[in-house]
Amino acid sequence: MEDLKIKGGYVYDPLNGVDGDAMDVLISGGKVVEKVGRDAKVIDAKGKLVMAGGVDLHSHIAGSKINIGRLMRPEDHRKDVVPRTRVTRAGVGYSCPSTFVAGYRYAQMGYTAVMEAAMPPLGARHVHEELNDTPIIDKSAFTLFGNNHFTLKYVKEGDLEKLKAFISWLLRATRGYAVKIVNPGGVENWKWGKNVGGLDDLVYNYEVSPRQIVTMLAQANEELGLPHTIHLHCNNLGVPGNYETTIDTMEAVKGIRPADGRKATVHVVHCQFNSLDGDNWMNVKSGASKVAKYVNANEHVTLDLGQAIFTDTTTMTGDGPWQFRLWNITGNKWVNSDVEMEAGAGVVPYTFKKDNPANAIQWGIGLELALLIEDPWRVYMTTDHPNGGPFTFYPTVISWLMSRQARTDLMREMNKSVLRRTTLPNIYREYTFGEIATVTRAATAKALGLKDKGHLGIGADGDVSVYHLDPTAWRPSMYRDLEKSLARAAYTVKGGEIVVKDGVVTATPLGSTFWVDSKIPEKLEAEVMKEIEADFDKYYTVGFRNYPVEDAYLPTGVRMETKGRWAR
Amino acid sequence: MAVITDVVCPFCGCLCDDLEITVEGNEIKGAKNACAISRSKFMSHGENRIRTPTVKGKEVSLEKAVEAAAKALASAKRPIVYGLSSTECDAIARCVELAEITGGVVDNTASVCHGPTILALQQVGESKTSLGEVKNRADLVIFWGSNPPAAHIRHFVRYSVTPRGLYVPEGRKGRYVVHVDVRETPTSRVADQFIKVDHGGDFELLLALRAAVRGAKITEDISGVPAEEINALAKRMKEAKMGIVFFGLGLTQSDGRHMNIDVAVGLVAELNHHTKFVLTPMRGHYNVAGANTVTTWQTGYPYAVDFARGYPRYNPGEYTAVDMLAKGEPDAAIIVASDPAATFPANSAKHLARIPTITLDQKVTPTTMLSDVVIPVATAGIEVEGTAYRMDGFSLRLSKVVEPHGGVKSDREVLDMIIERVKALKEDA
Repeated sequence: MEDLKIKGGYVYDPLNGVDGDAMDVLISGGKVVEKVGRDAKVIDAKGKLVMAGGVDLHSHIAGSKINIGRLMRPEDHRKDVVPRTRVTRAGVGYSCPSTFVAGYRYAQMGYTAVMEAAMPPLGARHVHEELNDTPIIDKSAFTLFGNNHFTLKYVKEGDLEKLKAFISWLLRATRGYAVKIVNPGGVENWKWGKNVGGLDDLVYNYEVSPRQIVTMLAQANEELGLPHTIHLHCNNLGVPGNYETTIDTMEAVKGIRPADGRKATVHVVHCQFNSLDGDNWMNVKSGASKVAKYVNANEHVTLDLGQAIFTDTTTMTGDGPWQFRLWNITGNKWVNSDVEMEAGAGVVPYTFKKDNPANAIQWGIGLELALLIEDPWRVYMTTDHPNGGPFTFYPTVISWLMSRQARTDLMREMNKSVLRRTTLPNIYREYTFGEIATVTRAATAKALGLKDKGHLGIGADGDVSVYHLDPTAWRPSMYRDLEKSLARAAYTVKGGEIVVKDGVVTATPLGSTFWVDSKIPEKLEAEVMKEIEADFDKYYTVGFRNYPVEDAYLPTGVRMETKGRWAR
Repeated sequence: MAVITDVVCPFCGCLCDDLEITVEGNEIKGAKNACAISRSKFMSHGENRIRTPTVKGKEVSLEKAVEAAAKALASAKRPIVYGLSSTECDAIARCVELAEITGGVVDNTASVCHGPTILALQQVGESKTSLGEVKNRADLVIFWGSNPPAAHIRHFVRYSVTPRGLYVPEGRKGRYVVHVDVRETPTSRVADQFIKVDHGGDFELLLALRAAVRGAKITEDISGVPAEEINALAKRMKEAKMGIVFFGLGLTQSDGRHMNIDVAVGLVAELNHHTKFVLTPMRGHYNVAGANTVTTWQTGYPYAVDFARGYPRYNPGEYTAVDMLAKGEPDAAIIVASDPAATFPANSAKHLARIPTITLDQKVTPTTMLSDVVIPVATAGIEVEGTAYRMDGFSLRLSKVVEPHGGVKSDREVLDMIIERVKALKEDA
């Protein structure tokens, strides 16, 4: 691959303190370097915006949930068809894009790494099959732990070391990257048609509480020194008044000592859905300012938005009881999918409407969180694709973050609830380009522990996005231009290769899949494996030896070895 | 002699993964834990194999057969790719790609079995589960229009009736088993209760059950089932700790078709207001679920996908193989791991004989006999590794226990060769 010189663009690289300086980015051998050869290919980026490739830390792009969404929604595909080209495969888009199209569209926006946020262990092979059909972008998948039989068992026994061993084993078996928790305890209870109502409710048969599950998993996660914190979908999602549960949950993991090199012990996902105040959907109001106040005062929390978009989309979570509730609210079609011994999921189509008071408030909450939380290194831009809306709306979300006028123009068309029941109209903050680079790249890569991503320092991955936008001439009134430029990158470079030019995909390499290999002390491993295998033989319907994902499913796997702190 | 353990069975949607295959040299000598059908598939996989590729009945080299196949497909205006359900997922993905590059149609056997199940899912959804949840929790198991002893032999033992589970430690004694069907079958003999429904009366009976679950008192007999039996079953369903309906082609391919599933889904959804209830289709071919799964992630649609406009379109009834062939639409066909000449209506099968048909299979079938090009391939799950999806949508790794018979290539390899040649021919044109 030839060397590359991205010449003279306005570079925003917050991890290296670069804030809009006109400079060159040089790439050789897929990495950012100090010098390139004289015959390096030159990309003229003069007058253009240059950032590292985007890093999305929470999206649903691969596996059984999104595929159920695709399967159940032919009507979603019909309005957004993608013909084949000489370089790219045919497919469909909108809220449940086919795998190929998901890869292309992320790259077209300048994104080069995307994390699949919920992988049921039994469905891990499926997730990896789909990731292998998702071109261009680098990926990883977060393994579900919060309702797993062995998690609940070791939490009940209070055996932290065995829990750590189990986490290490399951991450390895599923080729997973992080500990994902969805409605801890609630999904297990849903297998009896029930739920949990708060942090101190009990899980049937196991007699443990969500509080115990979350704190012990967080403790284990930090002692293992996993690259990312626990990735937590809190209890009571979508329930008015749930901001209290959210803050309680954050508070519950406050005392835990973080792994070396970071301050965070928890990442709270799609926090918009968990920052509702009020008692019911009639008097619901924003609880975002309370959540933001807590986050501003507590360094151990990071979160992402799950910004709501006014469009027809497909909700899909590992939170079976919530999806059942949403089906009852909407009357839309509903798929529920339980996974033996470990997880569950549900899928329900949903339309966020401007004239719906609750939706208008939800829209406001996402932006309030982004604008009221002062530290952009701890609040990340997502739509929880496709739950709040398709990822293809990221440029629109960025325009809202960067332009108060964009927000005001839209609020004029919306239900007045957004004016009365959120604080958004009184917020004047507008993100800078540096802050956008932070919440879409630098901070997400840092939170994920992907040291070579999210920045353009020497040795970083050669993942770069260049946009047709002159940041020195841009004003917030030009928010529509911003949206347009961000939607179609002038160039996306992935691993030193030009993969998008003027918004058109020009090459489709297969990106890497990162997974974590956490070493377990030998004696403990033998002991825990024996226990796991015994329960497997009794309660699973697949054999213990057929359960782990085989190497064949990771043709571009990248193993990240970690060594934790172990007591025995 | 070598014993290979934890082998996944490539026959039905149960994907039993505890087989022990004994191999001596390159021959399979034993298949422990296998059911009768599975044992037969393993033990006689080497019998009656197609020995060499043929074009119009003449034995040719693989390259020549591939060339003939590629020419027919590249020059066709309306080619169809059909089958897919009895091979591994990589091969299925190649079938989708082949349809895409030829601007043709790709369809799988779901269109003649559980296609209506998917149509219902697209209308109203589905509350489903992995099979282990049934083993661990279900105390009420209903087989509706399905007969596992004939089609899914180890289903009762591994998943649904006798296994001891986490919350059903008693096994069979901890479960109440109901069989609903138009006639008694071996399933009825295993069940605690058999309910005989009139031919074509499933829809009404399911609707009545749903009404009863909602609190209506059924006062007249429905579809030949006494009112008190319906009310009692509704009560039993509501009072179950966890219940499941396993439904088969008796529901999807009888009068009402997808509407039967629609109302069954509604009944089950209704029950979730009272307890935990789910339903699961009894998928037949071992990887028909994989055919749907792969086609869906690649195109957005599970079967009946048309690429004539360069992008995928979906319309069961129009782009389904039976219908297209009956209308005489395709001008070339490639059949992978399936035998439509034996299973399709005569009109559809006849059209296959009229057009250039290419078939990839291990053994001589009615379809290979009417095909212009026949290419022998290795058996996925015996001679080739790969992925297959169980009836509940979870995937397992298929094993290779012996070398391919006569050194033949896999479906995937042959399809790769055809794709490469089709691309080249299209470039030249």
